[in-house]
Parts: sequence; C-alpha cells; structure tokens
Amino acid sequence: MISYAVRRLLWVIPSLWVVLTLVFFLVRVVPGGPFDQERQIPEEVRKVLEDYYDLSAPVHIQYKNWLVRLVLHQDLGPTMRYANRSVGEIIRLSLPYSAQLGGLAALLALCIGVPLGVYAATKHNTARDHVAMGIAMTGVSVPRFVLAPVLILVLSLKLYLLPAARWETWRHMVLPVFCAGLPMAAYIARLARAGMLEVIRSDFIRTARAKGLSERRVILRHALKGALLPVVTFLGPGLSGLLVGSLVIERIFNIPGMGRYLVEAASNRDYNLVMGVVLVYGVLVMVLNAVVDILYKLLDPRVTLE
Amino acid sequence: MTTSSTSQNESPESPEKKEPEVVALAEAASLEPGATAPGGAEPPVAVEALPQGTSLWKDAYRRLKKNRAAMASAVILAVIVVGCIFVPTFSSYRYDHANLALGPTPPSWAHWMGTDFFGRDLMARVFFGGRISFGVALTATFMSFAIGVTWGGVAGYFGGKLDSILMRIVDVLYTFPFLIFVILLMVFFADQKSPLYSAFKAVISPFVESSTDQSHYPIFQLVIVFAAIGCISWLTMSRIVRGQVLSLKSQPFIEAARSIGVGPGALIFRHLVPNALGPIIVYTTLTIPEVMMTEAFLSFLGLGTQEPLSSWGLLASNGADAMDYYPWQLFFPGLFLAVTLFCFNFLGDGLRDALDPRMRKD
Repeated sequence: MISYAVRRLLWVIPSLWVVLTLVFFLVRVVPGGPFDQERQIPEEVRKVLEDYYDLSAPVHIQYKNWLVRLVLHQDLGPTMRYANRSVGEIIRLSLPYSAQLGGLAALLALCIGVPLGVYAATKHNTARDHVAMGIAMTGVSVPRFVLAPVLILVLSLKLYLLPAARWETWRHMVLPVFCAGLPMAAYIARLARAGMLEVIRSDFIRTARAKGLSERRVILRHALKGALLPVVTFLGPGLSGLLVGSLVIERIFNIPGMGRYLVEAASNRDYNLVMGVVLVYGVLVMVLNAVVDILYKLLDPRVTLE
Repeated sequence: MTTSSTSQNESPESPEKKEPEVVALAEAASLEPGATAPGGAEPPVAVEALPQGTSLWKDAYRRLKKNRAAMASAVILAVIVVGCIFVPTFSSYRYDHANLALGPTPPSWAHWMGTDFFGRDLMARVFFGGRISFGVALTATFMSFAIGVTWGGVAGYFGGKLDSILMRIVDVLYTFPFLIFVILLMVFFADQKSPLYSAFKAVISPFVESSTDQSHYPIFQLVIVFAAIGCISWLTMSRIVRGQVLSLKSQPFIEAARSIGVGPGALIFRHLVPNALGPIIVYTTLTIPEVMMTEAFLSFLGLGTQEPLSSWGLLASNGADAMDYYPWQLFFPGLFLAVTLFCFNFLGDGLRDALDPRMRKD
C-alpha cells in the first residue's frame, strides 16, 4: 500500500515534465510575442529586451536554460509584462488568496454536500428526498456569475449585511466562499446520494441490518464508506474546477488571487508567467489526483490497482 | 409465404382484444423472414409475448413515464427546444437587429422580454442564444460520452500496462490548464489566415451564397469553442467508467460471461457498461449543464460566443453587469439557463431510477 502511494506520487514528476514541456513549446509556436502589443519599439531596445528575457536564443536552448534554472535554482524568471517583478513573487503574493478561497469553498462543499446527499438517500423517494435534491439541483443550475451579483445586490447593497468586495476579515469571506462552494456542494450531494443508493441495496448492508444494528450505525459505519467512492472520484477534478471557477468569483469580488494571471498571462504572451501558473496549477491538480487514487484504494478494498 | 401465415395465425383470435405491444411483437416476428417457420408460426410469437420478455429499455421507459417530475422536465425541455428552433425564424425581430433610438426598454407588448442596450429584441436573442447553448452542450456531451466510455471501459477492463498508459494520458490532459488551452486554440486557429478557417470555408461553401462573407467568421470561432470543450469534457467520464468497471469486473456475472466465451469487446460494451449505466447517465446529465456553464464561463471572460451572436451565458453575463438598472436583461437569460439545467438534472435522475437494473425487483 505504502509502496503504491509512493509510486503514485512519484509519477507526478514525469507527468508534470510532459505538461510543462508541451506548454513551453506551444506558447512559443503561437504567433505574436510578449512585446508585440505595445507601440512600436526600436530595434535595439527590442534586442536588449529579448536578450534580457532569453528570447533571442534558439527555442531548444531557451528550454534548456529555463529548465536548468527551475530545477537548480527554483527560479521561474522575471515576468515579461509586470516591470521588476519575478514570477515567483507574483505567485507568492497571489496564491494564498486563491488557496484560502478554494480551500474554504471545498470544505464548505463537503460539509454541506455529503450530509445532504446521504440524508436524501436514506429518505429515498419521500418528500424530504425531493426537497433536498431540489435544493441541490438549484445549486447546480444557477451559474456562479448569476448567483454572486444577485447575492451582492440583496445582501450587500440593499440590506448592508456583508461587504460587497475584497478579502480581509471573515465577513468579507462569507459571500465569495458561499458562491464558490455552492455549485460544488450540490454536485457532491448528488453524487453522495447516487453512491449511497447503490450501496444501501447491497448484501453486506442487508447483513448489517439483519444482525440488528441501528439504522444510524448501518449508515454511518458501514454504508458511508462505500457511498463516498463517487464523491472521492469527483474530488480531484472538482477541486481543480473550483480553482478555475473561483476565477469568476475573484473577478466579481475583486480578490487579488492567482486567477486573473491565468487569463492575462496567456493573452499577453507573458511566457514566464504562463509557465509559472501552469506549474502551480499542474502540481496542485496532479498531487490531488494522486491522493484521490490512493484514497480510492483505501476506501474500496475490492479495487485492484495492479 | 409469411403474410399468409400471419393472416392464418391472427384471424382466429380477435386482434383488437390483444394488448398493442403483443400485436406489435407478433407483426415484427411475422414480418421477419426466417423467424416464422412454415406452419409453426405460433410458438415464437407466443414465447415473445410473455411478460418477462420486455427489454430493459422498454421496462425503463414504463418506469420513467410514472416519474412525473422527469416527464414534466422532458416536456419543458421539448418546449424550449421547439421554441429555439422556431422563434428566431418566425419572430418579427432579428436577433442582431439593433434599434439605437429605442435603447433598453422593459418588457412590453411589442417586446415580451424587453430590449437590450442596443434596442435589440431580447426574446429573439434569448431563443437564438438557446440554439447555440444547446448546440454546444449536445455536441460536447456526445463527444464526452463516446470517447469517455470507450476509453474508461478499455482501461478498466484490460488493466495492467494499458490501463496505466491510458489513465496517465488522462492525468496529463487533466492538468493541461484548460483556459490557456482554449486561449491558445482561439488565438492560433481561430485566425482568418489559419488553415482551419480555409477548411471551414470549403465545407460551408455548398450551403451559402458566398463563403468569404465576413459574417461567417464568428460561427467559425464558435465551432472552435465546441471542439475545445468537447476535447476536454470526456476526461471525468472516462475516470468514472473506469472506476465502475474496476469494481464490476471482479463480480461473478462477468466471470460467467467470460466462461461461455464472450469476447472482451462484448464484455465491455454489453455487460460491463450497461451495468455501469446508472453513474454514466448521472454523469452525462451533469455534463450537459457543466458544458453549458463552461460556455457561459468562457463568454463571461470574453472568449466564448462573440457578438452579434448570442448564447445564454453571454446574455446572462451582460445582464449581470447591468442588473441594477435593467434587471430583465439578467432575469430572462438566467431563467432559461437555470430552467434548462434544472430540467436536465431532473430528467437524468428519473433516467437513473428507471435504468438501474438492480432496482427492477422492487
């Protein structure tokens, strides 16, 4: 088991290398460069700029230099569009906001989603099930960029209950975390219900009931573990989706997170920043997926991974 | 030969007393050459008419009909689809006809859903946007279904090295930052000089008057968005199918099927996948709203559907910007988007309950 976990985590390194290499060459193949959009710059200035950012050498030399600098010095280089700031600095400053928003939203999603789904499954086909799933479906069906403006208008601008923007005290965090987490909570509730309905009809649950365990114990001790399988499978992509989805939330609530660099860097052709954002995003998603696979194995002994 | 045997067969019994299904089956059996042996037409018909002969799908349809929420959702979806097909064609306003003198007006008799900032009729725009939203959703979901089920089924069934390689590819694609991928795609290929645009012009040239017409360019960009979303939306499906296949393939019914000589292809698609249909359908119904959301999300960032075309996402995000002053511009597109997604979800849940073979006993 431990050897599997280690191997699975080590696999992250070659995968990450493939992604980074692919993106490195792709962004350079796309027409246009980091200095094309500004007013015409003199040839000499452009040459100095290209030398400074290591863009004048052939692409494979640039790649070698970039990789060596990253591996040996953990340095992602300077940004090409934000004067005097390094990529590492931008990520250090912006990542904590995104991580807090994403982490809290995921936590909220789990705390709402799993109990709601399990509850609905135990009351299968009753009015309570329909109400719970109605709530979950509303959560799935209302886009974040509709939900967030409506909540801001009602709670902030009309009732003055919560601040409408920024990220300082817990009062600032309530609305963004809720708006970011609600769709994911609704997904999780639906998956948990589907998983629970599958498990609840299996033989080992009938056995557990037959030996006289209380319904509460049957659900919490025996069924829950199996019912969480679909939820666990969803967590990897769900969390990375949350990362991208919080882009909208960060923009609406004016939170200085990493989200905005994702779009800006690519459309500005800021090669170094693109690579930095891809690296952070890639590490997060790949490690999360590895952890999900390991959890999957832990939760369901029937699964053979070899 | 077969027709005469049918008339002999049916004339003694009174056909109008039979259930319609039985008649249909009898007709199907008798029309099939070779299914009815001369003179012995009765036994196959009689056997097929027994109640346990109903197929999984017919059974599922019967159960689905009992689920009022699912049926209501199907009806509402049908109404919206019909509206999207006919309203833009028969409306007295075009979706892109601006009336700057009119400007934004609230809903009225002339404009049932009001007008937008440029005085364009919102109802025409909402239904036209529906075409694009549905188009994106159905195309990408179909791609996700076809690729994801095959990929995940093969990986889960064969296991070992093949599984390792296939799922590693999925992992790598997962980590490809989707937004940057789409931006690259839009910038690199959605260019007037790109070879793809020439190919697009060649494809549409038989259907339009002039293939060099500039107004086709936004449609070309849209096709690129379709493809981009479709290419990435099968990943989760393949993981879910693989997970299901992994936990199903060690069960006795697969061993039984294998022991009577069923090949791997039939095992995956006729035994493993149908037994995993519950989660697959739940996920497919989650994919449709997800894809619609992705399109809306891209439009919100200015990368998806471009003006003067419209989609529910584009209209809703425009409306969200103006909601303090012109709330109807958010209300109608948001309502259509939410109701459509809501109905897909209800229908999917109904399908799940109807299709799950393990529920057949109760």
